[in-house]
Amino acid sequence: MEKIIELKNVTKRFGGITALNRASLHVNKGEVVGLIGDNGAGKSTLIKTLVGVYGPDEGEIAIRGKKVFNWTALKARESGIETVFQDRALCPQQSIVWNIFMGKELRYPFGFVREKEQVKEANRLIREIGFTSKLIDAESPVGNLSGGERQGVAIARAIYNNAELIILDEPTNALSLNETQKVFEFVNNVKKSNRSVLFIGHNIYHVYDISDRFVILDRGEVVHQLNKEEIQSPEELMKLMRDTIKKH
Amino acid sequence: MNKEKSTLVNIFHKNGRALGSMGYFILLMIVFLIGAPEAWMRPSLHQSVFVMLPTLIFLVIPLVFLVASGEIDLSFASTYAVAAYVFAIMVKSGIDPAIAILAGILTGAIIGALVGALIVVFRLSSLVASLGMLFLLRGVILLLTESRSITIMEIDTHWTYYTLVGNFYGFPMQIFWASLFVIYCYYLFSKHVFGIHIHHVGDNSVSAEQMGINVKAVKIKAFMFVGIGAAIGGIFTTLITYTFFPTQGFGYLLLALAAVFVGGTPYWGGLGTIVGAIFGVGIIAYMEIGIIAIGWSGTWRQFFNGLIILLALLGHRLHGERVR
Repeated sequence: MEKIIELKNVTKRFGGITALNRASLHVNKGEVVGLIGDNGAGKSTLIKTLVGVYGPDEGEIAIRGKKVFNWTALKARESGIETVFQDRALCPQQSIVWNIFMGKELRYPFGFVREKEQVKEANRLIREIGFTSKLIDAESPVGNLSGGERQGVAIARAIYNNAELIILDEPTNALSLNETQKVFEFVNNVKKSNRSVLFIGHNIYHVYDISDRFVILDRGEVVHQLNKEEIQSPEELMKLMRDTIKKH
Repeated sequence: MNKEKSTLVNIFHKNGRALGSMGYFILLMIVFLIGAPEAWMRPSLHQSVFVMLPTLIFLVIPLVFLVASGEIDLSFASTYAVAAYVFAIMVKSGIDPAIAILAGILTGAIIGALVGALIVVFRLSSLVASLGMLFLLRGVILLLTESRSITIMEIDTHWTYYTLVGNFYGFPMQIFWASLFVIYCYYLFSKHVFGIHIHHVGDNSVSAEQMGINVKAVKIKAFMFVGIGAAIGGIFTTLITYTFFPTQGFGYLLLALAAVFVGGTPYWGGLGTIVGAIFGVGIIAYMEIGIIAIGWSGTWRQFFNGLIILLALLGHRLHGERVR
């Protein structure tokens, strides 16, 4: 099975604090991996290292089996990895269109932007995700949107490029039940099209339902990697997590 | 009917800041027109504004980019003189003025890049660091020139003089170039990747970085652009007056900054308006001359400058707080 991305023994320190300690993780093509761990376990640091926002202090990153160097956020996106960050990474004063195409604008030669095409695509994406009941103008600023609608914009950005791997960092945080359901539908659709998802969540039940494989992170270390067959219920997963925390 | 109304509301909403600046400009013109109709009808008054206007435009428009990117620069007022000095000294030593102009602009770009790199790489406050650069560069100029001016009357017969600041059937060429600059910058700011990234970086630099935008590079480029604008402004003024003088540009420091904010660009980054800035420049330039024209003593000038700035800022409050 092809590994879309692989992290090998990655260590990341911030000053004296080791946020990641020789962490290894991979995502195969067409699978949904659930990354769980307590607050401060290093989930977000792991994600940000994975997608090139942070450079690792030690260890290596490989994309489709090839080791990469000077890994940056732009390179990650160019390799077909899109991320919906926990903070949603939006610019609230800018339009929905500009946010959806942020950093990957549709361009003419010399860097001018294909505005009409972007607006058309943005409108299509908003409808496709269906995050909102009211008619939203793609040119209105993101700051006018609700939390769920903003999440919709962040997801629209991730799906536009037909990414092979979509990373969702706490995507159901602060969402309504209905919106949470939409996120699940979205994850299932991605999986059906034989693409991959890395799903980070607090809520074990959410993660259990949609993941094929689980990675448990604790204090910067990957302590368990389990297939769904090895776990009978979300309760068992929860117990496993608690036990690892107790050991410290 | 309803749709029409919402389109109108939409246009106002999207361009509120630019329209606001336009409103203040028109208001100011009306005040002067009523106050001194005869002086106001005289073309010579407007001609003297047109000497100052292009220089201010070259300074102010790049500043809109920089302020929208969340930074500020004060050193441009000295970069202006350094670039003009490089230009003047090269012309004086017999080098072709066209090359001297390019060298001057290049000087502005390099200084801008240095200031930007200093601020971005060492994470300095752009306000304080560029204040330091403002004095440092001015000091360099004073030392190099020993406070003496340079006159370049010989430029009069060169083609660059005619094309850049000559008179085309009574029309000052610098207005043409400044207009071209404005149109180019308008598209650069709102339709080009550079301008769009400026907006993103100024709005939320963390988000921009996470989406793969090179935040540091964008900011350094914005500083470079300010340096280039300042250099062009300095060279144009030197051409128009045939003279480089070592204190050149200092007077524009606060006027240019005032024009940016009066023009409706907020200080917090992520937003800016080129069209508004043009009216901001108009307000500042006419303010300087209008007070005299209206028959008041020049001692009132600063008072009214301040009043206008404050009133304009209060007016721009109507366009709302920063959205988060």
